Amino acid sequence: MSDNAHIAKYVLRLADDALVLGHRLSEWTSRAPFLEEDLALTNVALDFVGRARMYYQYAAELTGGGATEDTFAYTRDAREFSNLLLCELPRGDFAFSVVRQFLYDAFALPFLRELKGSSDQRLAGIAAKAEKESTYHLRRGKEWVLRLGDGTTESHQRMRQALDELWGYTHELFEVDALEEALIAEGIAVDPRTIRDEWQQTVTSVLIQATLPVPESSWSVQGGRTGYHTESLGYLLAELQFMQRAYPGLRW
Amino acid sequence: MPNADLIPLLPEEELARRTRRAESPHPELWSILDGVMDPEIPVITLYELGVLQDVYLDDDGVHLVMTPTYIGCPAMGVMEEDARAALAAAGYTTVTVEMRLAPAWTTAWLTPESRRKMAEYGVAAPSGENIQCPQCRSEAVVIISEFGSTACKALYRCQSCSEPFDLFKAI
Repeated sequence: MSDNAHIAKYVLRLADDALVLGHRLSEWTSRAPFLEEDLALTNVALDFVGRARMYYQYAAELTGGGATEDTFAYTRDAREFSNLLLCELPRGDFAFSVVRQFLYDAFALPFLRELKGSSDQRLAGIAAKAEKESTYHLRRGKEWVLRLGDGTTESHQRMRQALDELWGYTHELFEVDALEEALIAEGIAVDPRTIRDEWQQTVTSVLIQATLPVPESSWSVQGGRTGYHTESLGYLLAELQFMQRAYPGLRW
Repeated sequence: MPNADLIPLLPEEELARRTRRAESPHPELWSILDGVMDPEIPVITLYELGVLQDVYLDDDGVHLVMTPTYIGCPAMGVMEEDARAALAAAGYTTVTVEMRLAPAWTTAWLTPESRRKMAEYGVAAPSGENIQCPQCRSEAVVIISEFGSTACKALYRCQSCSEPFDLFKAI
């Protein structure tokens, strides 16, 4: 594989994370607990979908051969998507979406901070832009975790359950394979292992403040980066890709 | 000794942008685009907002360089269309638009004049500490939501006049 193909593969991972999580967030549109939260979730979704577009456009340029942001988003099957499993899990109840977002944002912020220093100028530019947005997302997410964790008996219970269901998916955030090892060595990719302590600290301190127990890590699941997904990604893509599958090349 | 905090410092990239305009061999292009407003805050031009980064003319036609406020801002498409329409109306039909992410857009580029116009329109301008109600100037305000009607705004309520209002978030 040429250098460009390697980088494109890495960029697609970041793009898929952003698109799939953005899609999950967008599913809250018109279904959030109240109007302001509806607007907030939709806006956060837009941030992620916008991020996905920047990454896909870059991947398309690296790939060439007529690839576009749309061919990546709309014409690949689940096995070709390389997003983290955490991002694709169904939105669940509001507590589940809040916890997932918090766990992810606590990772995204230091990740983007490191990516800003990438030797790849294009990735560094996207990261500098996205970091500002993630700072805001994380601040908002922390407030929700505190409010619901240290809230009513029911909200506390739902937060605990969401944490237990999600925790096993967080290990994948810090997995590195040969492709990433090579790009880390070139100063292009971020080594997520170097931000694990920071993530752990952010998460632990907020959970303690929210009176939520930090889950004991007893199971771990991964495979998203190599295309092994939960069944829910297929359903997500069926909805996301329907128009382009049914009417290939359709434009607004 | 003058108080350094009181000296209005211009961010470096903003100075560079203003220099590009001041020294542009095609000032008419910039003037045409001064007629293009932010679709969400239609009293601020794309230039004042900081979205319009550069415009120049070469053998391939007009090149327009823009930077998004937020990556996913849906108004970017409208801004691009409006800018193309304004240039086309002036006879420039071959226009290439480049979206540039770096340097990342920041509210620090907004001029005091833009902030004033924004507040008059009813959107509180971004500020470090004291958020002022655009209706009655009271600083007794509470946040309702971290996101308002668009990604670039947060929703507040004034406790003095009870009016809700949008704050253009400082980023």
